[in-house]
Amino acid sequence: MSKFSRRKLITSGIAVTAGASGLAVAARLAQRYGLIPPDAGGFYGPGETLTYAAQRLLTRHSMAREFAPSQISKPPFANEVDPLGEAFKRLQKAGFTDWRLHVDGMVARPASFSLAELRNFPVRSQITHLACEEGWSYIAEWIGAPLSHILDLVGTLPQARYVIYRSIQPDWWESIDMADALHPQTLVAHGMNGGELPVGFGGPLRLRVPRQLGYKNVKYITRLTVTDNLKPFGKGMGSASPEAGYAWYAGI
Amino acid sequence: MCFLALLVSGVEILISHPRFYWGETGNVLTPPLFKLPIPSSRATVPTGYGYVLPDQNGWSRYLHFQAAWLAVLTGLLYFVFGLLSGHFRQNLFPARADLSWRALSTVIGKHLRFRSATAAEPGSYNVLQQLTYLLVIFVLFPLVIWTGLAMSPAIAAVFPAAVTILGGQQSARTIHFFVSVFLLLFLLVHVVMVSIAGFRNRMRAMITGRPAKDMELR
Repeated sequence: MSKFSRRKLITSGIAVTAGASGLAVAARLAQRYGLIPPDAGGFYGPGETLTYAAQRLLTRHSMAREFAPSQISKPPFANEVDPLGEAFKRLQKAGFTDWRLHVDGMVARPASFSLAELRNFPVRSQITHLACEEGWSYIAEWIGAPLSHILDLVGTLPQARYVIYRSIQPDWWESIDMADALHPQTLVAHGMNGGELPVGFGGPLRLRVPRQLGYKNVKYITRLTVTDNLKPFGKGMGSASPEAGYAWYAGI
Repeated sequence: MCFLALLVSGVEILISHPRFYWGETGNVLTPPLFKLPIPSSRATVPTGYGYVLPDQNGWSRYLHFQAAWLAVLTGLLYFVFGLLSGHFRQNLFPARADLSWRALSTVIGKHLRFRSATAAEPGSYNVLQQLTYLLVIFVLFPLVIWTGLAMSPAIAAVFPAAVTILGGQQSARTIHFFVSVFLLLFLLVHVVMVSIAGFRNRMRAMITGRPAKDMELR
């Protein structure tokens, strides 16, 4: 019993208190600098927060690797999607001439762009790796308008923290933080491997965020919503993925 | 606990695509390096089985990363403590005499004849144990962490060289698989050896850090 002296009790007491208050301070700081993901509640919250915070501190400005044209996968693999809905098929029949991308939320000038308008925006083309959480991957050239250009056009308000993007397919939506939304490699892609973006790969319009896994790259997007708070959308977990059991942040 | 969590969730993630590749890319349209003869949790993967397992990737990925954080943080504590206390130097680095071929073959021979550790070598590690522990601590653990991180698209953006040195992201995935298999083998052999040497005493000693005799004296 002599091993558990009063001194030891006091020092360990102080250590525990210091540890706990240290954690509380860390949590406050993380909240303040936007290092807590929207799906941080629940059993896996600590791990998710550590991953997101660590990667945000490390990767805010890093550029995804770009490859040589010779490294483009031939053929690339188009993952299966749910059967395309009536709304999609109607637009497809008309050659997507009536496809529109709406932008709303915390912006000075809400707008709606046609495909032709989007194609006339400054074009960025990049050869990047797309990896699926399942483990497979391919490399392709992606062509599109930088999302940051579109956000500039509509005048994103300074308090904006996230951009939500929705597919024309029901219940398919994701969101990213401003670090990814304003990143120069994040594209509203309308082309692939030198041509138009095929339907199998998300054509006519797909959000391409190369520093995250495939499931954050939503196909057939029709709406962007800028917000400072993800709570009011869906079940309040940030996007459709956490509602289906997958992490909101997919940088790993 | 962490290892078990990592193993179970790792296997769950693996069965969504039980094919392995070398290089940067790989998918069902490219020839695999090899594939495991097991069913998959995805209909897009041709496995030869007529059924598709339920998708468990969501919680598996959450659990895999949470357990990885816990394992890496405890591992770091152990590592720093091992360096500072001289545990690595005193107990794990083999003595020069033990490394001669004759000494090594004696120990290997003893193991092959299943002579268990007895009174002759009570509290210290023998040279085979030392070499195995060194391999696990300084090669396999760092490698499994490195290859795991190399699969992350965001980490690949910050440290591209960490991916290209390995040969690409699919190579990283393949190495990650093999290192995990080695770690599993280590754990199994470790547990078997411990049970041979007296399960109750050794487990008690491992957790409390004191040999069994000492405990009985109290």
